[in-house]
Amino acid sequence: MTSDYLLEVDDVRTEFATSRGLVRAVDGVSLTLRPGETLGIVGESGSGKSVLGRTIMGLITNGPSTTVSGTVRLAGQDVHAISASQRRKLWGPKVAMVFQDPMTSLNPVKKVGVHITEALRLHLGVGKAEARERAVDLLKKVGIPEPARRMNQYPHELSGGMRQRVVIAMALSCDPELLIADEPTTALDVTVQKQILDLLASLSTTLNMATILISHDLGAVEGRTDRVQVMYAGRVVETARTQTVFNAPSHPYAEALLASIPRLNDPPHTILRAIDGTPPDMANPPSGCRFAPRCVYAADNCRTDPPVLADLGTALEPHRVACHYPLPAPGVTPPDLDPAGLVKEKN
Amino acid sequence: MRTALIRIGELIAVLMIVSFGVFMLVSLLPGDPAVSILGDGRSPEEYAAKRAELGLDDNVIVRYLDWFGGALRGDLGASLIPPQNDVVDRILGALPVSVQLAAMGLLMALLMAIPLAMWSASRPGGLVDRIIGASMFAVLSVPSFLAGLLLIAVFANGLGWFPRAQWVRITEDPLGSLYHSFLPALTIALMELATFTRVLRNDLIGTLNEDYILAAKAKGMPPWRILVVDALRPSSFSLITLLGISMGRLVGSTVIVEYLFALPGMGGVVVNAANQGDYPLVQGSVLVIAAIYVLVNAGIDLSYGYLDPRTRRVHA
Repeated sequence: MTSDYLLEVDDVRTEFATSRGLVRAVDGVSLTLRPGETLGIVGESGSGKSVLGRTIMGLITNGPSTTVSGTVRLAGQDVHAISASQRRKLWGPKVAMVFQDPMTSLNPVKKVGVHITEALRLHLGVGKAEARERAVDLLKKVGIPEPARRMNQYPHELSGGMRQRVVIAMALSCDPELLIADEPTTALDVTVQKQILDLLASLSTTLNMATILISHDLGAVEGRTDRVQVMYAGRVVETARTQTVFNAPSHPYAEALLASIPRLNDPPHTILRAIDGTPPDMANPPSGCRFAPRCVYAADNCRTDPPVLADLGTALEPHRVACHYPLPAPGVTPPDLDPAGLVKEKN
Repeated sequence: MRTALIRIGELIAVLMIVSFGVFMLVSLLPGDPAVSILGDGRSPEEYAAKRAELGLDDNVIVRYLDWFGGALRGDLGASLIPPQNDVVDRILGALPVSVQLAAMGLLMALLMAIPLAMWSASRPGGLVDRIIGASMFAVLSVPSFLAGLLLIAVFANGLGWFPRAQWVRITEDPLGSLYHSFLPALTIALMELATFTRVLRNDLIGTLNEDYILAAKAKGMPPWRILVVDALRPSSFSLITLLGISMGRLVGSTVIVEYLFALPGMGGVVVNAANQGDYPLVQGSVLVIAAIYVLVNAGIDLSYGYLDPRTRRVHA
């Protein structure tokens, strides 16, 4: 309770026992978040970012085939040490989640209004009429026109963007201190994605709500989060202020992710710079640096010694990178390396 | 309104097809109706005269249309076997027994199957799930005559909690009727229980993997509430469909249970009529059972609209 931090994640590992062996989806991740602060977690599919989000929330916790080690302290409580019913009391008023696909995260047989009012009534114990009033306000707040009419509609009567706004209203219903948005725009039309991301960013500012925005797209978190944490194969490879990573990534993976974003000012017919290879099999990850097999800069020791997160920044502005050969700031081209060679030709 | 008309049209078409099939089948029944009525040892002329009187010499299509026209007006003819009652009266005597039995049996099966399925599905593969699964398998493999006999032996003869063989009409003594039909209804419930539990459990497990269940969980909803409020309704389609099929089937085919508990239901009526070559009674009974079947399933179709708002027609 004395801590400045709303959320303290310390060396968390989440392991699943599968038929193919032990899969360590999150492998020693630490992070802290102050009240009102926003953090982006970025990585490819399978990098463990969604599992990390759910582990932070306690939706994934120790079970018959799941092991969580390390600690997650949320609003002073150890999420994985308290009982299931205590944990449910956190979900809503302390932490809430916006899920990836609004087409499937709303119950098709429940009206929009019920989705929002039931949490209000459960956690805040407000009456039916007041819950309804608050729900209408929430729908208004997330930019849904004619909120009173929408209350009585079913999810299938709303467009994807509107549904995601409902999901957001649902998450906001009990004034959470932390909002975890797990790829909130991946399932939406490109034209709607920006609206939803901007809505989330403005809500976290106006409500002074700490937010974790999970995305596979560095572009989605740029300008919308204070800090960013890049994950690869269950580990954090780089973490710094969002602008720092965006302007001068130090980890080759962060650089490659950035390079893979298509830009409007690219000349026509520019070939999209995809990252070669595929993410590692998490039941059997590579020893050494996990990105080494796909890294154009990899040297011999990269394949044997796993790099640790080291701080390149200052005390005021930490910039931690897990790489044996972090990339220098722009303008300082390393002698032997051609950054354009980042993308290898497919043979 | 238009939908309703189409539905009624479908209903009549289905009933015509079913009844025509039955009509043709009955003419294949062994034995001569004239012999059934007059008994053995009459002269060929007498039998021929009787057949002419029954209209059996007419073309089969003519006979069928004649009979179906009568059925639409509520006249199913007279039974061939003395005391030659009106077929409609015979059916009205037996049908309420069968309908009550089937309805009570299904209700009891549901009351048992829903909690069992929810309990099973809340931890698939867990100890409870495996115990319930194995017990359901055991229940399924006990034939209904044996289950009925066991129930009678234990609860009627042994403990004396229930009467053995007596039917009390629900119109005369509602509570007494429920009490007297408890054991036969339970016998029927046990026949259906295993399938209901299994089907609902499997659908629940599927639903519980949906994102909206995770979302409900993430709102802090307690597990029982998620099962009852969020998961049950979207998981009940197969169960409801099965329920409709069972209802139609049970009305006409609970002969064994009727026999065990000495109940005057439809099953006994149909079997006896078929044995005695009483074709008007067989035709009439099958028509009524088919009508119930079709009506119940039309009702089930309508209930999908309630269960899943996405299937409702939008009236602009």
